[in-house]
Amino acid sequence: MLTRWFNRNVRGIGFLGSILRWVVLLIFLIYFVIPMIWLLIAPSKDTSQFSSLNSLAFGSWAQYITAWKNVFSYQNGEVFLWFRNSFFYVLSSLLVSLAIGLPAGYALAILRFPGRSLMLWLTLITMLLPASALVLPLFMELNLVHLVNTPWAVILPACFFPFGVYLTYIYYSSSLPSELLDAARVDGASEFDVFINIALPLAKPLLGLLAFICFNANWNNYFGPYVLLNDDKLFTLPVGIQTVLGSTSALQPGFNPTPGAIHFGYAEAAVAGLVMIVPVVIIFLLSQRYVVSGAFTGSVKG
Amino acid sequence: MANLSMRVEDQSTKKVRHSSSRRYWNRRTNVAYLFLLPYILFMLAFGLGPGIYALIISFADYSSGLPRYFAAGIKNYLAVFKDSRFAFTFTNIGKFLLISVPVGIALVVLLALLLHMRPGRVASTLRTLFFIPGAAAGPAVVLLVIFMLTPQVSPFGFLLKLMGFNAFNDLITPGSLAFIFLIMGFFVGAGMWIAIQYGALEGISPEVMEAATMDGCNEWQKALYIKLPLIRPYIIYQFILIFAGNVQLFVEPQLLSNQTYIHANVPLVWSPNQLAYSFAFDLGNFGAAAALALIMLIIGLGASYLMVRWTGFFKIEN
Repeated sequence: MLTRWFNRNVRGIGFLGSILRWVVLLIFLIYFVIPMIWLLIAPSKDTSQFSSLNSLAFGSWAQYITAWKNVFSYQNGEVFLWFRNSFFYVLSSLLVSLAIGLPAGYALAILRFPGRSLMLWLTLITMLLPASALVLPLFMELNLVHLVNTPWAVILPACFFPFGVYLTYIYYSSSLPSELLDAARVDGASEFDVFINIALPLAKPLLGLLAFICFNANWNNYFGPYVLLNDDKLFTLPVGIQTVLGSTSALQPGFNPTPGAIHFGYAEAAVAGLVMIVPVVIIFLLSQRYVVSGAFTGSVKG
Repeated sequence: MANLSMRVEDQSTKKVRHSSSRRYWNRRTNVAYLFLLPYILFMLAFGLGPGIYALIISFADYSSGLPRYFAAGIKNYLAVFKDSRFAFTFTNIGKFLLISVPVGIALVVLLALLLHMRPGRVASTLRTLFFIPGAAAGPAVVLLVIFMLTPQVSPFGFLLKLMGFNAFNDLITPGSLAFIFLIMGFFVGAGMWIAIQYGALEGISPEVMEAATMDGCNEWQKALYIKLPLIRPYIIYQFILIFAGNVQLFVEPQLLSNQTYIHANVPLVWSPNQLAYSFAFDLGNFGAAAALALIMLIIGLGASYLMVRWTGFFKIEN
């Protein structure tokens, strides 16, 4: 019993080291988790309780349910539609961006060809371009081909994912054993076979990483869809929620409630926040299974 | 020791690779372009193309409302430099970079290394909990900013009061803003980078770690002398992105300055990127906005250029 405890906690880290490790981890656990717990509890309070109750106290279930109902009954459940839109846009661009990004990152890491360094720099430059510089040109470009205010306006630009290409490049160039590729080539495999049969199966952890990063970035993207869509039936979740909050919310300065309309207070804003967070957390948990599987375990014996 | 023998091995394989790569030259070159083709097309359409158009806009004259291309010369750039807020915003962002880049990277790497000392269920639970704030956006972040930073209603209230902050505006002062933005940004952004660095640590070959254990390394020595050097490319990548991203800081100052209902004494324009938006949407000067955006790009690129040159990041290593 004691030896098991020792092995698990102290061995190789030291007694003092263990304490230090846990102190640091717990401090950051508090920093990251307390605000999220607060957010989870927030819909249970009415506006006055936000200041009268203890910050982490629970208000009431009735209020909790009301807040959720208020959000989901807005315009006959338009939130569901936005949720579905967001999911569809994000998933399509995720699949396409992986399909074009993985071969590109692999080629940059493994193959030698004129222009390789140029491509790496261009990838870096386009990745670092401020969104504020891109919005107007993107709008004009998509307007030119009549794609503004269609799902394509959101999906297509998101398929370009230089961050992922770069991460793929680092992943393959820092950890794909070249012996493995050479062995396959000597056996007569074409470059295409090498990629499909060797490089791709080894990219499982990378795929997990890229999937949640890409999903998260596009799921939370507000400014692009806000500029490129104006039909509320096409809205993404962030854009839709922001318009609701903007038109009815206590979070908006100078707000005058329309008589009879649903009042969106802090509790509803918290619900909106939670609705946004849940899918990302699910994707993260799913993708983490892939990330932690020891990519190159046993592929090459040194 | 293990490290040394690895390196020797690497060199021997490099020679083999060199002779074989010449034989495959043509075929492999064509394959490379084929692999890159779809990516290049998307890059032209949604990265490089719009970027070049932004460059053109930065030389366009918007004074009549409609763009007159190349009519402005470098006037837009001069307008940016002459704006009274230019020096203010760039001093702010300079201070912010000075603390946020080293602190942000050091803490992320530290947390990833600490978690990776004991991979398993606890580590993966903590990693998930660290990541969850990264999913928060929009309305959730606004709420959290108000209620975490107001000592009377915050769960951290006792801590804030202990440090002498009794009201929101004690905490939010011109001098503290850079720290506040760091705390906000790290809360949302760190989890993703911890997951990336942790993934990099998982990618280290088990043979290397076994060899280290055989040589009598404890976990701290492994972290410092083996794991840290091996995840170097990922740390460089994080530096490049964090630096350029932080030059373009927008969301955090915007959230605080926008909230008139909490009467924050935060200037409306604190960061260069806010200044760019102000040029575009307050003044209708899209040319100056584009010019400023490109200036921010050049600063980020300058830093990454130095980093890439200094570390030889683009070389094919193995």
